[in-house]
Parts: sequence; C-alpha cells; structure tokens
Amino acid sequence: MLRIRQLSKSYVPGKPVLSGIDLDVAGEDITAIIGPSGTGKSTLIRCINRLVEPSAGSIELEGEELVGLSRQGLRLARRRIGMVFQEYNLVERLTVMENLLSGRLGYVSAWRAWRRKFAPADIARAFELLEIVGLSGFAQQRADSLSGGQRQRVGIARAVMQRPAVLLADEPTSSLDPKTSVEIMQLLADIAQGRRGGDRIPVIINMHDVELAKRFAQRIVGMSGGRVVFDGAPAALSSDILKAIYGGEDWLH
Amino acid sequence: MTEALPSPVWRRFSGAQRLTRFAVYLAMVLAIVLSLRTVEIIPEFLADAPEQVVDLLTRMWPLDFAYYPRGVHDALMETVHIASLGTLLALVLAVPVGLLAANNVCPWLPINLAAKLVLVSSRSVNSLVWALLFVGIFGPGALAGTLAIAFRSVGFVGKLLGEALEESARGPIEALSATGAPWISVLSFGYWPQVKPAFWSIALFRWDINVRESAVLGLVGAGGIGMALDSALNLFQWTRVAVILFAIFAIVILAEIVVTVVRKRLL
Amino acid sequence: MSSGNVGRVLSGAPAWHRAGWLLLAAYVVYAAAQMDVSAERVASGWHNAAHFFGRMFPPNFSRWELLVKGLRESLEIAVLSSALGILFALPIGLLSARNLMPAWVSWPARLLVVLARSFHPVIVAILFVKAVGFGALAGILALTVASVGFAGKLFAEAIEEISLKQVEAIRATGAPFMSLIGFGVLPQVFARFIGFCTYQLDSNLRNSTMVGIVGAGGIGGTLFAAFQRFDYDYVCAILISIIVLIMIGEVLATGIRAIFIDGASFATLFRRERRAGGQLRLAVADD
Repeated sequence: MLRIRQLSKSYVPGKPVLSGIDLDVAGEDITAIIGPSGTGKSTLIRCINRLVEPSAGSIELEGEELVGLSRQGLRLARRRIGMVFQEYNLVERLTVMENLLSGRLGYVSAWRAWRRKFAPADIARAFELLEIVGLSGFAQQRADSLSGGQRQRVGIARAVMQRPAVLLADEPTSSLDPKTSVEIMQLLADIAQGRRGGDRIPVIINMHDVELAKRFAQRIVGMSGGRVVFDGAPAALSSDILKAIYGGEDWLH
Repeated sequence: MTEALPSPVWRRFSGAQRLTRFAVYLAMVLAIVLSLRTVEIIPEFLADAPEQVVDLLTRMWPLDFAYYPRGVHDALMETVHIASLGTLLALVLAVPVGLLAANNVCPWLPINLAAKLVLVSSRSVNSLVWALLFVGIFGPGALAGTLAIAFRSVGFVGKLLGEALEESARGPIEALSATGAPWISVLSFGYWPQVKPAFWSIALFRWDINVRESAVLGLVGAGGIGMALDSALNLFQWTRVAVILFAIFAIVILAEIVVTVVRKRLL
Repeated sequence: MSSGNVGRVLSGAPAWHRAGWLLLAAYVVYAAAQMDVSAERVASGWHNAAHFFGRMFPPNFSRWELLVKGLRESLEIAVLSSALGILFALPIGLLSARNLMPAWVSWPARLLVVLARSFHPVIVAILFVKAVGFGALAGILALTVASVGFAGKLFAEAIEEISLKQVEAIRATGAPFMSLIGFGVLPQVFARFIGFCTYQLDSNLRNSTMVGIVGAGGIGGTLFAAFQRFDYDYVCAILISIIVLIMIGEVLATGIRAIFIDGASFATLFRRERRAGGQLRLAVADD
C-alpha cells in the first residue's frame, strides 16, 4: 500500500542523509523504525508526506505517486496520511474539540471550517474518539491546559479523525515519561489493530527506545548511515544486529 | 451498538457568550453603517481622490535639496531638542505622579484615583492641543513645544510607571520596610532596581514617539521643523515641502535606529 | 537623610553611569540655551498662565450643538478609518511576515508599512487636505494610512513570533491555505490582534479629535477656531468633552478585549470589573 523506492535526501549536496531507501508497508499494524540520531529516521518519515522534500526516489501511496505531485494534489493526498508529532504540535489556544476537528480541515471548505460548521458525522466521530483515547469531558478545554500525555492523545485522535490510510508518528513518546510512553504506545497499537472501534490502520513509528519498539511493533526497520540495515520481526533483533545499527555495546546492558 | 442516539452537538461558545459576541458584531456593523451614512463626504471628491494624490506627488518631484542647509537643518535640530528635553521633563514630572498612582506605594484610594485622573487627562489631550495652549501662554517658540511634549508624555510614562510599580515583587519591599528603612530608601533600593529596566524602556519608547510628535508642533507655532513645513505649505512650494518631509522621515528612522541600538546594548 | 541616600545610590554606580548623568545634564543646559529659554519668558509665562486659566473656567457649553456635531464627525472619522485601516492592515501585515512569506513578498509589504508609519497623522492629513479638499474625507484617508502603518507593523510582529510547529501539523492534515491561516496562524495571534485592534481604534479616536486643526474634519476644527477667537471657556468645554469621549472609548475597548479574549458575556462582564483588585479600578486601555 505504501511503496518507497530508492528514496534519497541530501540537505547538503554530497552528504546524503538518506541513500536509496526501499521500503514496502502493507497493513502490518506497527512498523517501528529505529536507529541512532542523525541517521535519517525523522527525515524518512517526513519525506513520506513531503514535509521534507525528497531529493530523489519514488513514494507511492495506494498506487498514487506522491513525489512530483502538484501542490493541490499533495494537499489532497496528505488527507490520507495522519501524522503524530514528538511535541504534539497542537494548536495551543484552541480547545481539544477544535484540535480534533482540525483533522478534517482537508475535507471542509475554509469558510465552513472558520465558522466551525463541521458535518454532524464528524462531530459524532470526534466525541467517539475522545472516549477511545480516554479524554471524554475534555472537549471544551484549551489544549495548553493539558499534560503531555493528554496532549499526545489529542494529537493521535486528530490524526485518526482524518480516516487516514496510514498513520505516521515522529518520535511520539520522546517527550513523555516512561509510564505515559507505554500508555501512548498501547493506544497506538490498539488503533493500529482496530481494537477500539474503527478500521485497522498501519502505523509507522520512528523511535529511539528499542525496548518499546520490540514490545509493541510487529516489524522493525533498523537504519544506520541513511540506509536500511535490518527489516524483520522484533524477535530477530539480536544484540549483534543492534550493535551494527547503533555501534558500541555499552548501551545495551 | 444499534441504538440510534441523536447526533451530539458541539458549540464553541456558550449561549451567553454567543449572544454577547453577536451584540458586539452588530454594534460594530451599526457603527460603520451609521458613520457611512452620516459622514459628509462629497462623492466627486472621493472619486477624484487618487488622481489628486498622484498630482500632488508629481508636484513634489524633484526634491529641493538645496533648501536644506538654510531652511531646514536648524529647525530639524530644534525639533530633536524639543523631543529630548520634553521627554526628560516628562520623566521628572511622571515619577511623583506615577508613584502616587501605584496602589502599593500609595495606599490611599482617593489619591490614587486623583493621580490616575491626572494621567488620563494628560494622555487624552493631544500634543497639538497642549501646544496650542502653551503657545497661548508662553508665546510661539520652542518653549511652548517642549512643555507640550512634556505634559503630553507625563500621562503615558506615569501610567506605565505606575503599572510597573504595581507589578513589582512585594518581598524585597517588605524586607526593607521591616529593617526600619525610611521610605526614600525603600523607594531607591526596593522599587527602583525592579522598575529600572522598564523605566528606561518606556523612556526610549516615548522619546521615539516624541520625535515624531515634535515635528508637527511647529504647525501651530510651537517651534521645530513644523514651522518650516507650515510656511512651505502656505506658499505651495511643493519641492521644499518634499525635502522637509524627507528630512522628517530621515530623523524618525534615525531615532528608531538609535532606540534599537540602545535597547540591545543597555537593556 | 534623603540627599545622603541619593548620594550613596549615585556613588555606588559604575563610572560610566556617572558620566552618563553628567552628559545628560550638560545636554539639558545646551539644548535649553539653543531654545531661547530665559527666566523672564518663564516668569511672564506664569503670569499669562494664571490669566489664561482664569478665562477658561467655568467651561462654556452654550454652543453645544456645534460641539456635538464636531464630536460626531470625529467619531465617524475614527470608526471608518479604523474599519478601513484594519481591513488593509490584516492582509498587509500577513504579507510582511518574514516567517510565512518569501522575501520578494515580505520586503515590499514591510516598506509600505514603514512609509505609512513614518509620518505623523497630522502631516498625512495636511497632504490629503491639499489633495482631496477640506473635510472628513481627508481625515479618514489620513488615519487609514496611519492605521495601516501601526496596526500593520504590530500584526506582522505578532505573526513572526508564532510557533511554526502548530502550522506544520495543520499542513500535514491536508488543509487548504485559508484554513492553514485560520487554524494554524490566527489562533496563536488572535488575542494580541484584538488588543491591537482596540488600541488602533483608541488611537484613531484620539487623532480624529485633532486632524480638524489642519482642516481634515472633526472637533479639532471647532477647537482651533475657538482658540483663535480667544473663546477660552468654550475651548475648555471642548477639551472636557474630548477627554470624556476618549475615556468612554477606553472603557469600551477594555470591554471588547474582555469579551473576545477572556470569553466574557454580559453576565460576567461587570462582575469581572469589580473583582479586579478588589477595588474599583479605572478601566484604562494601553496608550
């Protein structure tokens, strides 16, 4: 469903951050991308919805080529790609409900959105999602009055509101404490498997916590030096492979 | 689940809030419509306006720079002096009034209100009107201009000073009072250090505005470049008007640069 | 006791502080000399001032119809120039925001804003009077230009301080451009914008009472005429009316800010006023 071929990105010519990435994602619940800092994990994720422009290569989502799409085409395609950010990126001054509804902005005209006239089905779905992420009753609260974990739940709900074909998550737990990180990962896993109402959505998560990745992901992609060096089940992730990805052993113990 | 629940409704604002907001919108639209209907504008003049403006601009070109040394420079300098002295005088005058207006420095309500009233009145009367007043009292010239700037700025500086005082931390003040220090020591060691950066920032800000304001005071005879502008306008010497406007523009930009540099280095 | 303390404050300051104070004192003496400020002038001035104020009180409201007409025209000028000015300042401010717009868009917009701000509204009013004739039109145009200059700059600065992360998230949902502005940019700056709009309305109200002095309509013309006829008691009446008008404007501005920023409604509006500080405060807006 998501086909990436020979994806490359260089911010500075001659120093590629991503070199010829090939990746296929087809509905396997959670795919975790791990690797050391600076190895292009975040760049890879952001190339998929072209928040970062690829230098070369092709990205196909449900058969539609994303690289080289016009502005309008890209905008329409982005509706089908949900994104969860490390720092939540909620609109702080808006309420939780408004943040959720902003997931539907791609489907509603700007004028109606401004007047907050969203479809009743959207509003019903928003209330449903609030319950799914465990934030019923928070609809009218301002986003900046929430804790980090609560904000990330809103961020996830916003992404799911888009009814996306794929959910991208860029270090979603890096700003959260360990307990909250597990809760968020569980929420993402449940959503990926369609356990809390709704369809299954493949989730691609870029993360640096290997233990969390092994615990919740069904597939692990290890990156090093801008290339994919491992692609398989968590069980197959031996210490040798981790050494190859991250370099050095001390951190393993 | 197959029970058909009614679709939940969501509203951004409560009923009372919506009503109030709507009332304000309505009032605004009403104000605009009423103003449009009753304002006395001759439609031909409105239609003519762009053409007239362009005509005026063409008459100002080329700028008569030769006029500058003789007619403009001294007046420009006088304007800067008016602005600077006026601001300084305002700072001196504003300190006592600002102190009296701050409810933590001066706890007696009637005095607070009186001081605040003085500040509001000073702000509400325009510098041009103050200039008219002082030209009537002291005669035309830079003295009237300086006093006008000073009296106009007292309100501005005094109010911001009062607010800065009211927002300063009580802790050091209490500690100082507890040592039995006289009130002037409490002022200089307790309040002043806290208020100092805000004070200089306000002073700079006001000086910047006053440079602009001083430039026009001459139109009513209170000295500065405004007087040169007035005579050039009355004689329809548009190229000279243009040079004077350019000089004013330059001095305003210069003042802003000075303020930005001083802000960065001292504050 | 007090001079000793002041002395201690001054002597404790670093050397260049003291040099600064001396420089300031020297400047005051120099500038005052340039301006022909002599003791006799100040003395004769005091005498005149007493005479002056004597003639101003009691204020004379007998010609109140002319007064009301002038005030109404000033109000009209203020309302229309604020509406027009803010209408233009919003898009121009957005276009001058360097974090959202490319350089070839933002620099011309910023230049426009700087030009609009550099000249005192009175000067702009004079130019418009020369161009479009005496009356309210010149005043409205002049204050519209001033509004674009001041509010436009404030809008641009507020936009340049937003967090682009929130904008990025909205962009990632595939929202159209106007929704990007409406949901990503505007919520972050809305509260400050309301403050700027009320500030501009207040500023225009003050200026509208003045542009009449140069013929651009409003109560300023009435005031100037009264001055020239030495009708100082009438002048006093006009000044008092102006002050009252401006104070009413400030109260309204505070109310608008409370309604749109704090979400007040008619019910909570007046409760809020009394709760602030426990005692009745003069609700005054920023200058």
